Amino acid sequence: MTVMVPETLLTPVYAYPESLTHVPTHYCPGCTHGIAHRLIAEVIDELGVRQDTIGVASVGCSVFSYRYFATDFAQAPHGRAPAVATGIKRVHPDRLVFTYQGDGDLASIGIAEILHAAVRGDPITVFFVNNAIYGMTGGQMAPTTLPGQKTSSSPLGRDAATTGAPLRMSELLAQLDGAAYVVRRSLHDVVHIRRAKKAIRQAFEVQQQGLGFAMVELLSSCPTNWGMTPEAALGFIRDEMVPAFPLGDFKVPGDFKSPDDVKSPDDVKSPDAPTAKGQA
Amino acid sequence: MKGTVEVDESLCKGCALCIPVCPKGLLRIADDRFNARGVHPAELDDPAELCTGCELCATMCPEAAITVLRAVKA
Amino acid sequence: MAIELLKGNVAFAEAAVRAGCEAYFGYPITPQTEALEHMAKRMPELGRAFVQAESELAAINMVLGAAAAGARAMTSSSSPGTSLMMEALSYMAGSELPAVLVDVMRGGPGLGNIAPAQSDYLQMVKGGGHGDYRMIVLAPATVQELIDLTTLAFDLADRYRVVTVVLADGSLGQMMEGAELPPMRPLAERPAWSLTGARGREPNLISSIHLDPEEMEAFNQHLQAKYAEIAEREVRVEHHLLDDARIAVVAFGTAGRIAKTAIAAARADGLAVGLLRPVTLWPFPEADLRALAERVDALLVFEMNAGQMVEDVRRVVEGRVPVHFYGRAGGVMPMPEEVVDALRGIEDARRERAGHDRGADRGAPDLAEEVTA
Repeated sequence: MTVMVPETLLTPVYAYPESLTHVPTHYCPGCTHGIAHRLIAEVIDELGVRQDTIGVASVGCSVFSYRYFATDFAQAPHGRAPAVATGIKRVHPDRLVFTYQGDGDLASIGIAEILHAAVRGDPITVFFVNNAIYGMTGGQMAPTTLPGQKTSSSPLGRDAATTGAPLRMSELLAQLDGAAYVVRRSLHDVVHIRRAKKAIRQAFEVQQQGLGFAMVELLSSCPTNWGMTPEAALGFIRDEMVPAFPLGDFKVPGDFKSPDDVKSPDDVKSPDAPTAKGQA
Repeated sequence: MKGTVEVDESLCKGCALCIPVCPKGLLRIADDRFNARGVHPAELDDPAELCTGCELCATMCPEAAITVLRAVKA
Repeated sequence: MAIELLKGNVAFAEAAVRAGCEAYFGYPITPQTEALEHMAKRMPELGRAFVQAESELAAINMVLGAAAAGARAMTSSSSPGTSLMMEALSYMAGSELPAVLVDVMRGGPGLGNIAPAQSDYLQMVKGGGHGDYRMIVLAPATVQELIDLTTLAFDLADRYRVVTVVLADGSLGQMMEGAELPPMRPLAERPAWSLTGARGREPNLISSIHLDPEEMEAFNQHLQAKYAEIAEREVRVEHHLLDDARIAVVAFGTAGRIAKTAIAAARADGLAVGLLRPVTLWPFPEADLRALAERVDALLVFEMNAGQMVEDVRRVVEGRVPVHFYGRAGGVMPMPEEVVDALRGIEDARRERAGHDRGADRGAPDLAEEVTA
């Protein structure tokens, strides 16, 4: 006689993050803003800090980021998110305060605010989404636009002689004593997405440990304004942006340790996950 | 089966970034239908139950539209 | 509490501390830097937030953040610095955030000078930032009033969720006068709408975005209703020797104070003059001014600028009575004698007109009687 034994149970190992609101986003199909939002929400879930987190939305494609995160949120004027975050953090030193900014917001109009937040070592966490273009306003040149890159305000390709070379914010801010954690990651494939998530988590932990200013720069895509498919856009990040904006850790606190007792799910190797070969 | 995935078609924008990421090529764009957004959503095409629940597709998805389930010994 | 000799800038800073200001963000600018310096010492003493920001632009955005986080927040500056704040003030109006801004005005436009002036009236009252919004604007004339109005400013800001401006000038900021500081108040509770972390409640959002035009209009109507309520309830004005006045000076702040000296001298000379001193520049004391215009022969608007409040006076008076203007611009401190001369000039011109057959004024009593009265 055969006894029916239940062999296996299908359990969700990945599901929609609690810290996202289920509101369908307005981002273009394939836009890596969605990946960045998702990673931040996953980390907030894993750290269990959703109810203690206050986000600051900036101006750009992510102007409506407050619609998608299930946390308290403030909308800042263009470029001013770090100053607004400082104001919030000084009133609530024990809450987690983060900003989410694009290249116009952070590297152009807001460059004084981000610089001085880092100078002061304000213990906020900044997510800098660098896609080398101004998305929301229809694809103009950004301080991070690559030489020769065609945008709607550099139709003949960016001329470095008259408009300068791409601005590398992570290298710039890492020089400041008040900057505790400054890293650049990319979202162009699964390996790099997983590394980006680790950095996002560490950037929050740096704030939790009161170590100073933390920023994760995320190389991101803009398929629509680059005039590419989402897949090709990821290739553009890999082939063109990474050489111009090297990935890596530009500043990490000396004695900083990611808490050992909590393993990030990414540490668990999936049977089919490809492994990277010696890349940051 | 070792695993499976479910695509939330109300969130899927049909960006197709998940398609090349699956090591076994088990995802496809459903050309024969549209979701409520008017795009062809992604869907699992895994008649042979080859999915291992590796989560690569969910890791790539910008909409967090993919739920991944894995077999756990009961 | 005792009367002590206080410098204006220090007085308003300490008044703010005692009113429960939890966060101060500022930038050095003459003639108000003593306020920043006082806060730099006091706020850390009390475990409250202080940042010397990288600019006034950053400072007002820090105020925005702190206010969003539910704290009584303020900044202080002077005219070139307040210009940098206009963007955030519009955002704060659109997000209904309470805050206090003290503007210690100086000569302009541009970099101008560090001498006292009143040339930010239009900027503050008509709104230097974009969009349909108002801020409550309070105009102190003495160090005591500066203290009292700074305290009031926090209360009004919280009550209505608006930015409240204390519009002072360099002479008030710098002068030392006997005044009394109020006792220390406990810190206020965090409002339910503020950002404190969504513990045990739905997340709060502080934003000024309304993409849908009809939604935006509805929100604007809500703001306008709020402003109408403020206009009805919060007008403050001083009537000084107006009961028998034939000519009324309309002046605010330090100009009002100078006017009082001028009025005393003019009365000694036999001129029946008084002063209407708006203490709230917004809401403007329209009812008081209209009533006054019905019964005097002339108004003299006296300001330390090239003519700003006079536009509102003319608008409200609607031609009922001649409105004259006397002002000194660019940071020049007018002397009371100048105002007396202006008053005399008005009176002389009026008499000359009255002397003509067709120059009758509106049934006023015989001049000779007035002069000897």
